[in-house]
Amino acid sequence: MYNKGTIIPGLIIFIAFVTFPVWFNGLTTAGDLPKPELPPGGEKECVMPADYMRANHMQLLNEWRDNVLRDGNREILEIGGKKYPKGLQMACMQCHSVKEKFCDSCHTYAAVTPYCWDCHLTPKDAKSKEATH
Amino acid sequence: MDKARRTFLKIAGASVVAGMAAPAVMKLTATPALASSEGHAAPAAHAPVGGGHAEETPTVMRLGMVIDTRKLNAKEGLIDEAIAACIAAHNIPQFPDKKSEIKWIWKAPFENVFTDHSVRLGSKKITDNDFPVLCNHCDEPPCCKACPTQATFKVEATGIVAMDFHRCIGCRFCMAACPYGARSFNWQDPRPYVKSYNPDFPTRMKGVVEKCNFCGERLALGQEPACVEACKGTGAITFGDLNDPKSEIRAVLDKDFTIQRRPTTGTNPSVFYIV
Repeated sequence: MYNKGTIIPGLIIFIAFVTFPVWFNGLTTAGDLPKPELPPGGEKECVMPADYMRANHMQLLNEWRDNVLRDGNREILEIGGKKYPKGLQMACMQCHSVKEKFCDSCHTYAAVTPYCWDCHLTPKDAKSKEATH
Repeated sequence: MDKARRTFLKIAGASVVAGMAAPAVMKLTATPALASSEGHAAPAAHAPVGGGHAEETPTVMRLGMVIDTRKLNAKEGLIDEAIAACIAAHNIPQFPDKKSEIKWIWKAPFENVFTDHSVRLGSKKITDNDFPVLCNHCDEPPCCKACPTQATFKVEATGIVAMDFHRCIGCRFCMAACPYGARSFNWQDPRPYVKSYNPDFPTRMKGVVEKCNFCGERLALGQEPACVEACKGTGAITFGDLNDPKSEIRAVLDKDFTIQRRPTTGTNPSVFYIV
């Protein structure tokens, strides 16, 4: 084989480079499954089963949005004696009050950047400028 | 040969006349007055002919507002209180430069509010006072026709001209279409300019249009609009269903002479003023 000294190190470098995502995720914590924080208030029951919410919360939020804004259906959901008016700020974030520890944990893992919080306030945002009266 | 041509022309002429007359005859016989002239349906003949002029009985709600500017201006600072209540309820940013101003309810001089009315030799109460202005929640909203994404639309059940900020693409056609200047555009991120947050209402983002929503979110909870609540007890703003003849707002409208903004545009506003 000609140029053995160049080709073999070159191949090794190439393979190391191509398999970078595999061993990087294996060696560091970047590939670990996210562990979203359960509601700090101790609520156990969501508006829908957890499995459904995990897969379909975005559709549910879109449905709620259309219900509230378009169809005028602002029906208040009651789960375990607690009332939840339809809405990200008004229902979801009442229990899942820390966006960084709940929403972001999966969204960052899945590399999605929903634009909910461009307008909707997290409890932390809302607290940052509380009404003084 | 000559005779054949003569017959042909006669038939052709008759056909043209018949062809032109037929649609007119069809139209005439289709009107209810003529259709019922067979004899057995006499009362139907009294039905309004040439429909559209008769007012149909409304079945849905149409929310509206009467602003009594005499009472509003009688109490110093009441307009500002109403405006402040709206700002606090809807997280409205307060930009220092007038160019980026976001307005839901604001105040303006008479000649800017009622552009159809002359202010020449107007009384002191016209020249010295400001008048509150907000979205008129028109019956025929031009903004909704202009919107390419249906981000702004009329809620049929209440008559509110609502906005779905999620859908707004910031084209600003609605701003051009609105004859009342009731819409504002977010030229920059509004959040740093919101003084205090109402945790139950979102803010807006850069690039969307916003306007008064007649407090749809408060009405759903059985509350009055924020500006109406701020003027409670003074009777300055009456809010209610214009289609309900027994409502308080209709009683107010019956009692006093009211005007609307730019009635000639044909938008039929839901906000009335007593000056």
